[in-house]
Amino acid sequence: MDKLVSRLLLLAACSSAAILALIALFIFKEGVPIMARSGLGAFLLGRDWSPLQGQFGILPFIIGSLCITLGALLIGVPLGVACAVYLAEFSSPRWVNILKPAIELLAGIPSVVYGFLGVMWLAPLIRIRLGGPGLSILAASCVLAIMTLPTIVSISIDALQAVPKSYKQGSLALGATEWQTVWRVLFPAARAGILAGVILGMGRAIGETMAVIMISGNSTAIPHSALDSVRTLTANIAIEMGYATGEHRQALFATGVILFFFIMILNGAALRFARRKF
Amino acid sequence: MRIAPRTTQAIAKGLLLTATASAVGALVFVVGFVLAGGLRHVSWSFLTEPILDMGRAGGIFPAIVGTLLMVLVSVGIAAPLGIASAIYLAEYTREGRLTQTIRFGINCLAGVPSIIFGLFGFILFVNILGLGWSVLSGGLSLAAMILPTVIRTAEEALRSVPTSYRDVAASLGATRWQVVTKSVLPYAIPGILTGVILGIGRSIEETAVVIFTAGSAVQTPTSVFDSARTMAVHFYILAREGISNENAYATAAVLICTILIINTTAYTLMHRLMRGRRAA
Repeated sequence: MDKLVSRLLLLAACSSAAILALIALFIFKEGVPIMARSGLGAFLLGRDWSPLQGQFGILPFIIGSLCITLGALLIGVPLGVACAVYLAEFSSPRWVNILKPAIELLAGIPSVVYGFLGVMWLAPLIRIRLGGPGLSILAASCVLAIMTLPTIVSISIDALQAVPKSYKQGSLALGATEWQTVWRVLFPAARAGILAGVILGMGRAIGETMAVIMISGNSTAIPHSALDSVRTLTANIAIEMGYATGEHRQALFATGVILFFFIMILNGAALRFARRKF
Repeated sequence: MRIAPRTTQAIAKGLLLTATASAVGALVFVVGFVLAGGLRHVSWSFLTEPILDMGRAGGIFPAIVGTLLMVLVSVGIAAPLGIASAIYLAEYTREGRLTQTIRFGINCLAGVPSIIFGLFGFILFVNILGLGWSVLSGGLSLAAMILPTVIRTAEEALRSVPTSYRDVAASLGATRWQVVTKSVLPYAIPGILTGVILGIGRSIEETAVVIFTAGSAVQTPTSVFDSARTMAVHFYILAREGISNENAYATAAVLICTILIINTTAYTLMHRLMRGRRAA
């Protein structure tokens, strides 16, 4: 009886790995043939995406994904890490106990709601104040930055609180101010954990789909400024999946393959950093 | 010129406080903006009427039913599977190559973007298994997506049970399975529930997966083989196609309230659990 239970539980435990393998199998099976046919270089570096002419180059979407993600990190990381440092080190524990769960609650707000807000409020603001179409890299970056805040803040607070108390006490005892202690001692000590949070936030930004479709404008051209409209890898899949057939559909799965690789590399990096904590 | 350490500290604190205020402010603004725009359009009839004229009129009853069914299917599959995985990892095995592989799988699965789950569900459930756009296809794909959340939280909950609980039960002659079900699980249940509730939350808020695997029918689904839309999908379609801003706001308000209630429940449970632990 106990043996049987143990076997069954093992089977269940393997399900995650099995699902991951199935996902990889199906996405690759659909996506790899077309990459092989048109050549990986032509697929990755092609500037022209016109499915009707059989042109499948996803360079504009790779650039789009990178730009938006980078923009989101530029805004979200300083804000999120600063917020975490303040809450973990300078505010009273009572505030942390209220604000940390509150911020984590907001991680559950559907991404489409953030996208909607971007469309209704942010995009018109950018169009009027800064010009361009409004639906742009800048708008998408701002919205994604807010979306990644809960992840970055929450993990950074954990990382800062995981630093042994003696580090802080030692530094303060040597006469350092609180800020010197944070900047010279706690921050370097918690760096790996904070970085893991940032990378997880980055993964969320690259993988985000619906919000990005709503506010990035989805143009298939390579952008020239932060006010230009772009399309991301995820958006490309979601927009055209509804009606794509044949080679076109395969090309969308191939886009998924590239996205899959990006995410796996990021996850590998995050896991490596997360393991190096206290 | 050297700036005195105290001055630097004052400046740094000021900057940090500003950053904190803007971060928290931005998040509060998002919730406030939607609730302010939406709550006044929410009424009893909005919750109970069918979707009329593609969402320009009527309510969101079918979307509520669709959401409920989809959550039931996804959690009905992910919860038993996830809890069993967690029990295996926490109670039945030592760390080794096998658990490393399993953990690697769980961690990677947790990072896979939702659109990939959508593609996967579309190919496997909708096409190859012939389930079509249905609540079942959607629920299965969502189950794959929330599985890592359930496993991780459940494993943490199991690991937080003091070893003495196991030792005492085992010393009384209980088999491993009896130890787990009679002694460890009752203690870990609040923590396990937290993971399940977080999974429910993720299923409700998800759009990309559902739209490719469950379709977006406006009729109320009567079985798991019907196509259906969830509240999140309904909201997305209303907002994206500019069908009705008023109803989009109202749907978003209902959606946000649901999520906030669900996540608050999860956190209260977890908090109570932690406090109980500290007192013990």
